[in-house]
Amino acid sequence: MKFTLHIWRQENARAKGRFETYKIDNISDECSFLEMLDQLNEHLVADKIAHPVCFDNDCREGICGMCGLYINGRPHGNDDGVTTCQLHMRHFHDGDEIWIEPWRAKAFPVIKDLVVDRTAFDKIIQAGGYISATTGGVPDANNILVPKHKADQAMDAAACIGCGACVAACKNASAMLFVGAKVSHLALLPQGKPEAQDRVRKMVCKMDELGFGACTNTYACEAECPKQIKRQNIARLNRQWIGQALGRDRN
Amino acid sequence: MKLDSKIPEGPLSEKWTNYKAAQKLVNPANKRKLDIIVVGTGLAGASAAASLGALGFHVDIFCIQDSPRRAHSIAAQGGINAAKNYQNDGDSVERLFKDTIKGGDYRAREANVYRLAEVSGNIIDQCVAQGVPFARDYSGLLDNRSFGGAQVSRTFYARGQTGQQLLLGAYGALSREIARGTVTLHERTEMMDLVVVDGRARGIIVRNLVTGELERYAAHAVVLCSGGYGNIYYLSTNAMNSNGSAAWVCHRRGAAFANPCYVQIHPTCIPVHGDYQSKLTLMSESLRNDGRIWVPKKKEDAEAIRRGEKGPLDIAEEDRDYYLERRYPAFGNLVPRDVASRAAKERCDAGYGVGSTGLAVYLDFADAIRRLSKNVVEQKYGNLFQMYQKITDHDPYEVPMMIYPAIHYTMGGLWVDYELQTTIPGLFAAGEANFSDHGANRLGASALMQGLADGYFVLPYTLQNYLADQIYVGKIKAEGPEFDEAEQAVRKRIADLMAIGGGHTVDHYHKALGRIMWEYCGMARSKESLATAKQKVGELEAEFYKDVYIPGAAVEMNPELEKAYRLADYFELARLIIADATQREESCGGHFRVEHQTEDGETQRDDQNFMFVAAWEYQGHDQPEVLHKEELNYEHIQIVKRNYK
Repeated sequence: MKFTLHIWRQENARAKGRFETYKIDNISDECSFLEMLDQLNEHLVADKIAHPVCFDNDCREGICGMCGLYINGRPHGNDDGVTTCQLHMRHFHDGDEIWIEPWRAKAFPVIKDLVVDRTAFDKIIQAGGYISATTGGVPDANNILVPKHKADQAMDAAACIGCGACVAACKNASAMLFVGAKVSHLALLPQGKPEAQDRVRKMVCKMDELGFGACTNTYACEAECPKQIKRQNIARLNRQWIGQALGRDRN
Repeated sequence: MKLDSKIPEGPLSEKWTNYKAAQKLVNPANKRKLDIIVVGTGLAGASAAASLGALGFHVDIFCIQDSPRRAHSIAAQGGINAAKNYQNDGDSVERLFKDTIKGGDYRAREANVYRLAEVSGNIIDQCVAQGVPFARDYSGLLDNRSFGGAQVSRTFYARGQTGQQLLLGAYGALSREIARGTVTLHERTEMMDLVVVDGRARGIIVRNLVTGELERYAAHAVVLCSGGYGNIYYLSTNAMNSNGSAAWVCHRRGAAFANPCYVQIHPTCIPVHGDYQSKLTLMSESLRNDGRIWVPKKKEDAEAIRRGEKGPLDIAEEDRDYYLERRYPAFGNLVPRDVASRAAKERCDAGYGVGSTGLAVYLDFADAIRRLSKNVVEQKYGNLFQMYQKITDHDPYEVPMMIYPAIHYTMGGLWVDYELQTTIPGLFAAGEANFSDHGANRLGASALMQGLADGYFVLPYTLQNYLADQIYVGKIKAEGPEFDEAEQAVRKRIADLMAIGGGHTVDHYHKALGRIMWEYCGMARSKESLATAKQKVGELEAEFYKDVYIPGAAVEMNPELEKAYRLADYFELARLIIADATQREESCGGHFRVEHQTEDGETQRDDQNFMFVAAWEYQGHDQPEVLHKEELNYEHIQIVKRNYK
């Protein structure tokens, strides 16, 4: 297969970016999108045409959350329930033009080419996205029963890989699905209940502070999430938020 | 170099208790005056940093990814072992200890493994308290499944994403300490060298991967949790950025490197399909609970399948060879990984392999779907099946999966004593980066157990024992001739690599190195193949230093430079792996020497001559390394032939 690639190139955070066009040929339909970019880079370097295109990637099996490209207007491209590294070239047609961009969001500034800075997500988690269980001194694992359906729902929410596709997909660059997933995961479990109110308040305040937009319920995040995290998590987040607001008023 | 394993006195089951009772501690007011560097944010690094930070030490933690949550522990699928005996099926600390020693083919240190089994239960308690959503049964109690090399169900799991959930638990604990200010995070930062002052590890030189600038950090102790070196084979189940360099620079600075030839080849990976391929994807061992592995009984069927004239569903039940069930009736499809991998290779080499390349076997769920229903199978393995389908475009609910062995884990690593301290005082190593607990073969679901045991429950004790007298030395500053020398050395290495300006990319050389290692020092090794490997690696390395090309500059984000730096270390490490595999004239666990096998093709150990840990001492870039032996004394366990029949 052959393709015409239009790729966002940007030297560094301060430089002005632009699209560059590259042609590539002899791509197998079995190959993944990132392996296609590997071959482009191999060609750019070996033939001394240009510096290789920088893009984040690591596990290449859809779990680390490191990769994330905006491909023909969709985060992680035109297959459902996959990360960019799991997208295969068989989802394209021979001769296609492909536009490749980094995540675009105020809270995720570009570092170089297709690489963006997602430390804002870490800062939201640091604000309270955990259970404060200091090592040691915890009860036996089976002391507190967790109903299976609750554990399953918590697992559904906990499957988030923190890639940022939800933010990239949202016209407001909102992080509500990411925050909702973490708040839900922990609030659904009995172990997470004691800190639930505090957690939701701190995480939402941090999210706002870091420049993520508000949610206007279009659910593009849900449609593009590679782990198919459900919008119900946003509803749970709102419920938790209201709960903490009322609870705090009473205090 | 003297190897002192520092195993505490007393009966095996009391050693850890005795150690803790006698060890030195640091009082709370002094803890905050002590600095610790942790390299790596996987299960071992994140859990160690979180626990040490919670105790009150100040920790600087480093990761090469953009976030600590991305370390490759996240990709572990199947589960984590613990001797809880929740299933009432006869498990105990003693049983987990024995299984692990036997699984490691009697090449691991008894005292370390016993401690691992002893703290395994605490890990599950800790993770549940952090909100790890382990699988549960309808009563709300924790569920278990079974893994290779065990006859009990002791594996806790969170669907097929156990590593992810455990790492997110540790990442949460780490994030809490970062917020409290006890831990400082340095993301997109790679360790380039270790700084040793007066014989003690006192700091590291790092490269900021965004700016390319070198930076220095000083501390009272350095903890290395940088994972394994499986990527030396180019194609492996490791992440693209997983590398052996952080451990290797420590080795170059004087830390002994142990058992480098013990490399684990995982039996159930998606087979190779093309030259452009960047990595191999694992299909969890847990699939062997319900999947049955087979190849056609008749060669002509296998040939027809390879030509695309027949499919697996065309092969009648009586024409299928369930070779693991045939050869190992007691453990069946759940034999340990090394045994399952070799058995697959044996069938494919004999001409019974399937797929277009003939380098694949079937993993079939038809029986399980009939027995349990598609729904139940989907609940247990849904995400793995989805992953398989996305990669191969085949539906494993309808046709059997195709799998083949691939490099997965490295049992070898930095030599450590009972305290997880290397031969450089003040340098500790944990998780896959050390060699300690798995002997010559690691059992499934034990890597997560070891990483978290080291980080949550071992290092917080043993590091204090080391740090107790460090309160007298005051703050360590990142200055002085040793820091200058180390930084200059890194600067020079980078400049030398950039200056080569040859005609081939880094990946060109990495792929070539991987092919040599897989072909001649992979699943089966012989004296001849190792000699060939040695020669070819030497030639390739010489060519690399003459002809590699790295574009761009040193002081900018430059992934080609990162890869070149790591590959340069892999060449030295490859030579050591080959030397270690050559000296070990026996077969054990993941190390299979074709000269040493039984009549029916099983590994043949030589306990008389090789019951030792091979710890190597670096002598310089062009010098052969010196071998030191730590004899393994089995006082508690009865040594038998490793038999899964």
